[in-house]
Amino acid sequence: MDIFLQLTVSGLSTGMIYALAAAGFVVIYKASDVINFAQGDLLLLGTYLIFFAVAQTGLPWSLGVLVTVLLAVAVALAVERLVLRPLVGEPIISMIMVTIGLSSVLRGAINAIWGPNPRAFDSFLPAGDIVIGPAVLSAARVLSIPIALAVLAALGLFFRHTRDGIAMRAIADDQQAALSMGISIPRVFGVAWALAAASAAIGGIMLGNIVGVSPNVAAIGLRVFPVVILGGLDSIAGAVIGGAIIGLLEVYVGFYVGHGLNLVVPYVVLILVLMVRPYGLFGKEIIERV
Amino acid sequence: MSMECGVFHTRYESDMGLRPRPAQRIRLAAFALFVLVFPFVASTYWLDLANQVAIATVGAIGLNILVGYTGQISLGQGAFMAIGAYTAGLLTLNFGVPWGASVFCACILTAVAGTFFGLPSLRLKGLYLAIATLAAQEIVEWVTTHWTAVTGGTEAIVLPAPRMFGLRLNSTFNFYWLAVLTAAGTALFAANLFRSRIGRAFEAVRDQDVAASVIGVDLFRTKLLAFATSSFFVGLAGAMIAFYRNIITWERFTLNTSIVYLAMIIVGGLGSIRGSFLGAALITLLPALITNLGRAIQDTAPQAASLLPYAQQAVFGIVIILFLIFEPRGLSKLWENVKDYFHVWPFAYRRGESRAN
Repeated sequence: MDIFLQLTVSGLSTGMIYALAAAGFVVIYKASDVINFAQGDLLLLGTYLIFFAVAQTGLPWSLGVLVTVLLAVAVALAVERLVLRPLVGEPIISMIMVTIGLSSVLRGAINAIWGPNPRAFDSFLPAGDIVIGPAVLSAARVLSIPIALAVLAALGLFFRHTRDGIAMRAIADDQQAALSMGISIPRVFGVAWALAAASAAIGGIMLGNIVGVSPNVAAIGLRVFPVVILGGLDSIAGAVIGGAIIGLLEVYVGFYVGHGLNLVVPYVVLILVLMVRPYGLFGKEIIERV
Repeated sequence: MSMECGVFHTRYESDMGLRPRPAQRIRLAAFALFVLVFPFVASTYWLDLANQVAIATVGAIGLNILVGYTGQISLGQGAFMAIGAYTAGLLTLNFGVPWGASVFCACILTAVAGTFFGLPSLRLKGLYLAIATLAAQEIVEWVTTHWTAVTGGTEAIVLPAPRMFGLRLNSTFNFYWLAVLTAAGTALFAANLFRSRIGRAFEAVRDQDVAASVIGVDLFRTKLLAFATSSFFVGLAGAMIAFYRNIITWERFTLNTSIVYLAMIIVGGLGSIRGSFLGAALITLLPALITNLGRAIQDTAPQAASLLPYAQQAVFGIVIILFLIFEPRGLSKLWENVKDYFHVWPFAYRRGESRAN
C-alpha cells in the first residue's frame, strides 16, 4: 500500500507537469488552431532560464521565477510575431513543420548557450521527505502538485473571467464573428503564446527542481500528445485530467508490468482514444470525419 | 534562337511528354552526364554523401507521394524505414535470403505495414492523422528496441556485405551505381504515376476529398493505395541504408528521421519529384557543409567552431522556417523561377505557371 501511495504521488506530480505543458498546448490550439511541436522546448527553456536566473545570476528564487516567466513570455511573443504570424491561414502541414523547425532552433540555441551536459542546481523546493503513515514521499514532488494545480486553476479562471480570455474563447468559437465584434486576432494570438510559454516555463521550473537541468527535459514535449488527445485538444480541464491519467498510468505500468512498457503505453492509449473517441474526454465533438 | 513566350503544345504526344522541350532534354542530359562522371572525380567523402543523397531521394519521393501528392500528413517515416531495414537485414541474416530478394520482401512488407497504419486516415484528417502517425512511430520504435529476440533490441545488427557478379556492392563506388539507378527508377516511376489515373486520384484526394469522392474516386482504396505506394519506396530506402551501412541500428529510424524527411520535402517542394531530390540533397548536405565550415574556422575561431554542432540543429530549423515563410513551394519553385527568368530574358514578365514535375 505504501508503495502504491508513493507511485501515485510520483505519477500525479509527473502528470501535473504534463498538464502544465499540455495546458499551454491547448491554449495555443484553442486560439489559433496551431499544433505546437515546440511545447517541450518551451519547458526546456523554462528549466534553463531558472538555472540561469538562480544558479548563474544568483537571484533569490522568488525573483528568479518571475524573471524566468517574463523571459519565456518575451521569447514566445517574439516567436509568435516573427514565425507564426506570417503563416496564419497556411495548410496544417506548414503549421506543423514550422513548430518543428522552431523546436529545432530553440534546442540548438539552448544547447549552444548552456552546453549539452546536465547541470547541478540547488532545488528551491524542500529537499526532505514527507512521511504519511508508512509511505515516504519526496516533498518536492508532493509540493509540485498543488503548485501546478494553482497555475492551471488560474488559467481556467483567466478563460472564464478576463476580457482576453473571453476574446480567446470567442475566436476559438467563430473567428469571423469574433473579428466582426472588434476582437483583435493578433493580440489574442500573442496572449495565447505568452500564456503557453508562461505555463510551460513554470512546468520547466518544477522539472528543473525535481529531475535536474538537462536537455532531456524536452522529451516531455512528445508526452503532451497523448495527454491532449485523451483530455480533448481544446480543454484545459481535459489537460489536467489527461495529464493525471497518463502520469499515473506510466508509473503503474512501469512498476507493476515493467519491460519498459511505461514508455509506450501513452501512445497506445493515444491510438485507442483516436479510434474510439477522437475528441477526447472533454473536447468539443466537432472533429472532421472523412 | 526563337523567342518563346510560352510553351504551346500542338500534338498530344508533346503535351503528354515528361520532357517535351529541347531545353529540358538538354538539361536532363547534362545532369545525367554529371552523374556518370561524378564518381570518377569525386573523393570517397563526397561519393558517400552522394550515396546518402540518392537513398534520401528514394525515401523523400516515397514520403512526397503520401504527403505532397495525397495530402496525408505522416510523422511515421522513420518507423517505415525501420521496418524496411530490419526486414531486409533479418531475412538475409537469419534465413540466408539473397539481398535482392530480401530488399524486395522488405518493400512489400513495409507497404503492408504502411497500409495498416494508413487505416486511421480513413477516419482522421490533418492534425489528427499527424498525431496518430506520431504514435505509430513511437510504438514501432519501442518494438524495435524492446523485441530483443527478433531485432536484437538496442544492439546493432551486422549484415554480410551484399555481392553481385563477385563484386562487393556496398563499397562507396560500387554502391553509387546501384543507388543512382534506384533513385532514377523511383523518380521515373513516380513521375509516370502522377500521369496515370491512380496518381491523378491521389491529387484529387489531396485537393478536395469530397469532390474527388463525388467524381468517382474511391477514397478508401485511394488513400490506402497512397499509403502502400509511399511505404513501398520508404521501405526501399530503409533497406538500402541497411545494406549500404552493413549495420542496422535503431537510432537511424527515430522520430528525428521522420522530421528530417518531412523537412526534405518541405524545403524541396511538396508534390514535386524534382523537389524531393533537391530537398534530399540540401538537407543531407547541410550538416556536411556546416561540419566543413567548422573545420575551416577551427584555427581562426575555435570558440565559434565548438558551437557548430548546435548551430547545425538551429540552422536546420531556421532553413525550414525560412522556406515556409518565404517560399512554401520550396526549392522546386525557386528553380522554376530561375528558369522562367532566363526563359523570357530580357523581359521581366512571368511566363506563368509552367507544369510542375
